[in-house]
Amino acid sequence: MAITKNRSMMITATNKVEIAIVREQDVVPLRNRVKDYGVKAGMSILNQTKLITATSELVRNLLKYGGGGKVLVEEVNNGRDKGVRATFIDNGPGIADIDLAMKDGYSTGKSLGLGLPGTKRLVNEFDIKTEMGVGTTVTIIKWKNG
Amino acid sequence: MGDFLLVTIQVDLYDQLAENLESDLINTINKHNSKGVLIDISAVSIIDSFMGRILGNIAVMAKILDAQTVVVGMQPAVAITLVELGLSLNGVISALNVEKGMDLLRAKMYNGDNEEQIDDDNSDQ
Amino acid sequence: MQKNVLGGLKEYESKLNTIWTQLLLERGSTDGATEEEESKEFTSLFLEAIKLGGNSTDLNSQEFDKLYDLLTGISISRAKRGFSPRETGQYIISFKEAASKILSEIESEPAALYAANLELSTIVDNLTIMTFESFLKGREDVIARQTEEISEISTPVIRVWEGVVALPIIGTLDSSRTQIVMENLLQQIVDTGSSIAILDISGVPAVDSLVAQHLIKTVSATRLMGAECIISGIRPEIAQTVVHLGIDLTGIVTKATLASALQTAFEMLQLTVVKRK
Repeated sequence: MAITKNRSMMITATNKVEIAIVREQDVVPLRNRVKDYGVKAGMSILNQTKLITATSELVRNLLKYGGGGKVLVEEVNNGRDKGVRATFIDNGPGIADIDLAMKDGYSTGKSLGLGLPGTKRLVNEFDIKTEMGVGTTVTIIKWKNG
Repeated sequence: MGDFLLVTIQVDLYDQLAENLESDLINTINKHNSKGVLIDISAVSIIDSFMGRILGNIAVMAKILDAQTVVVGMQPAVAITLVELGLSLNGVISALNVEKGMDLLRAKMYNGDNEEQIDDDNSDQ
Repeated sequence: MQKNVLGGLKEYESKLNTIWTQLLLERGSTDGATEEEESKEFTSLFLEAIKLGGNSTDLNSQEFDKLYDLLTGISISRAKRGFSPRETGQYIISFKEAASKILSEIESEPAALYAANLELSTIVDNLTIMTFESFLKGREDVIARQTEEISEISTPVIRVWEGVVALPIIGTLDSSRTQIVMENLLQQIVDTGSSIAILDISGVPAVDSLVAQHLIKTVSATRLMGAECIISGIRPEIAQTVVHLGIDLTGIVTKATLASALQTAFEMLQLTVVKRK
């Protein structure tokens, strides 16, 4: 059991699974897996939908810009609420300007340019770490009542 | 009068599948000279930005081929998520269910104004 | 480094319980017999933890786990039964007093007594902190439940006509409330097959840019579903603030009253209300 300190709240994580993402076809099983975790945490249909949509957006980025990678999915508990944490790890080129990437309406690819900020609105916690030439890691948490 | 095309999406699509749907649908519209397309998404549990863009593309392409597209049966959770995501599906006209979508298409047909329908939801004033 | 004076309490377990219960009764921080069992269990788990080697150098060691669980349960249940923080605090502090009293009876050497008392204090103080944390958590649970109940009762969706639903919003519209409003409204639209929804904001005290944004989101979601959304109940001062704040509501059908919104809905549905001759 891994314990991480977060915003002075203890978050405990359990049942970690790792899913490799190399092709588009890997997206659907991942979404299903995330949905199972959401159901298990007792999320409403709306929160499940938000979580799965956020996952879908991020895994698309991972495929498109990161050239694939892996996704970790875990159940989390902060003592007050249950939830799901998903971590998207790629070894791609990294993002040059994070602030710019987090701005509504910005995109380097051919998508609509609302990937990251839109995704952030769908979840309760959103953290992005990137290093040029090393890769990008995005972590999201959706709480059951979030 | 041209006929209507009804497409029901039964599974959650991944990208390639959605792109195939786009081209298949456009070809079918062309082949049958359809004047209206109903896309039933009541079984679709998520729409992300990619899927949203595909729907928008279909509407615009169909328009060029002189067909009107109506998306029907969107789930409440999907609609709320799209709004939070910041996706307004510009150019896509919606209806609650197939029946209402059909009514909407007929109304559009008789009104016959093909311009200006981009974000005009209430066809009767 | 010293003899285990604290461990010596074990032999005085029933006396400890008697003194503790006595103190609790004097201070009125118990509701009687129901708690006596709990207190006995607490004492026994406390002594057990000490016996197993639990000490002040590591308060998070597993010897204390059972004790902590019990205490958390007691504190939460006290919070829910409406005990005050003082009463709850007294509960555990009284235990320290009782134990301290016995310690001074069984140990006569000042240095050893001092050390034992210090040890006792450190452990019980930590228990006191835990008590408060759990107590607050208990209260927070109550608040969370009430918040949920309030938000549920305060968003009724009314079917006002065939194909028209109305939702009066009373109170402030924050993001979690908007969420519930949207969910209820959209679900009702689906269930009743209504193509027009009226959102009445007469009961909303103020509309700032954030509230406006929530309203716009609700309208957008309704339209995505294929229904139209009318916002009614806009008071003059709300119209003023909206304009002063530079909020753009032009894409939204707004009406001053629910009556005129209904009128608009009728027009959209091509219905007319006629007076009988």
